[in-house]
Order: sequence, then C-alpha cells, then structure tokens
Amino acid sequence: MASSGAAVPFWRAAGMTYITYSNICSSLVRSCLKEPYKSEAASREKVHFAVTKWADGKPEKPSIRSDSSED
Amino acid sequence: MYRQAPRLLIRALTGGRRGAPAGRPFSTDVPAAPSEDAAFVEAWRKVAPNIDPPKTPLAFMKPRPPTPSSIPSKLTVNFVLPYQSEISNKEVDMVIVPATTGQMGVLPGHVSTIAELKPGVLSVHEGSEVTKYFVSSGFAFIHANSVTDIVAVEAVPVDHLDQSLVQKGLADFTQKLNSATTDLEKAEAQIGVDVHSALNAALSG
Repeated sequence: MASSGAAVPFWRAAGMTYITYSNICSSLVRSCLKEPYKSEAASREKVHFAVTKWADGKPEKPSIRSDSSED
Repeated sequence: MYRQAPRLLIRALTGGRRGAPAGRPFSTDVPAAPSEDAAFVEAWRKVAPNIDPPKTPLAFMKPRPPTPSSIPSKLTVNFVLPYQSEISNKEVDMVIVPATTGQMGVLPGHVSTIAELKPGVLSVHEGSEVTKYFVSSGFAFIHANSVTDIVAVEAVPVDHLDQSLVQKGLADFTQKLNSATTDLEKAEAQIGVDVHSALNAALSG
C-alpha cells in the first residue's frame, strides 16, 4: 500500500487542502460559461459563514463572511 | 465471545472486589478499595444472566449489497452535484470518467474502484447516444455490483462553455504562473492552467 510513498499533488505540497482546490476548480469552470448559464451559476458562488474564535473558554465576537446582502 | 457474556458480566463483579488493588496498576491516587452497594449487587445478579450483551456499531450497519454472480449487462449510474442530481439510477452501457490517472472507461463488471477526478470530460454512453459533461473535480465510486456513483462540485454540458473566455483564461493563468513568487500563488496559477487547458481540450476534442 502506498501509505507514505505516494507523491503528494502540487496543491497539497503548497499547503492547500482538497476542498480549497476543488472550490477553485469549480469557480474557474463557472467563470468560463456562456451568458445565460453564467448568471444562473453566479448564485452558486456565494458563500456565507461565520467564524468564532475561542479564548479562555469563551467565544470572541464572530467574524462573518457573506456574499449575500442579508444582515 | 458473546456467548460468554452473561458469565463475564457476573465475573466482573466478584473479580472487581478481589483484584481491585492489583487490577488497576496505573492508578495512583485512587481510594483504597471500591465500596459496594449490596442492594445493587443483588438486583444485578438477578438480571445479569438474562440480558443480552450490548450491540456493537457493526450490528446496526446495513449489509453490503450482494455482488451478482454473473456480470450484469448494464451499468447503473448516479451522477450528483451539490445543487442537483444530474443522473439518477440510469442504466447505461459505459461511462468514461476523467480520473487523475487518466481517462478511465467503466464497463459493467468493472473492479471496485474509488477514483479521484481531475478537471475533464465525463461521457455517458447509452446505445449510440453519448452525453458529455465537463466536470470540475470530484470522485467516482465504482461498486462491485456495477453501480457507479459520481460526485462532482460543478459539471456543465460542453456546449455551455465559452471558447473565448477559456482561451483568455488560459493566457492569463499562463502569464500568472510565470510571474508567481510564493508557493501558494504558483499552485493557484498551476490550477488555473490545468483547468483551462482541460476546458480547451474539451472544446476542441
């Protein structure tokens, strides 16, 4: 079994995770679409998440990253 | 092992009393001997021989679907994207998946495989008709019973692609690759070049 012998892909060697790689690939494909399909795909590019760092067992203020305009 | 369970459940009680100091070699600040609740021990002795041993997670899992003894004549394909199910339980003759190890043709009776996909063209062959999708990346799981599950983040029919945007993207990223400094920039530019080359090949192929 190639447990420690398999060559790592170039993106992992540069510190990227598979998810980041996969998301970059899909956004590049979406940017190459023809017009009506491109605007339909734009909604799939939107990202919304909140990151909360913890210190001393207490949550700090969450930082929210959002591409949609809701508050 | 489970046949012995009632016996072991009772033995754990009596063995615990006798062997407590010796039975816990790594404990340092533990009270001298564990105290026992006689009422509990009585009640437990009554129930223990009659209860079943606890179930392990394996007992709750559904069994694997059976591998048919003769090779089926058709492949069952499921192709899903995060936002929709492109193909669901369709019987086809062959699919060609763009695996990182090269274009892989999957026929009924293919050996069980998990393949990571690279940006490329996925083609589904049914009779004389071929449906092609450009897949951004994903995985293909081929099971022993000739069911193939393909998951991708983004898949578009090849005629939804805009040739001029693809060529412009390829030129941009090739230029970025030459001027990239950090490892991360180089990796991102390389990904751009790979994806756009694959898009180009799909459009011209």
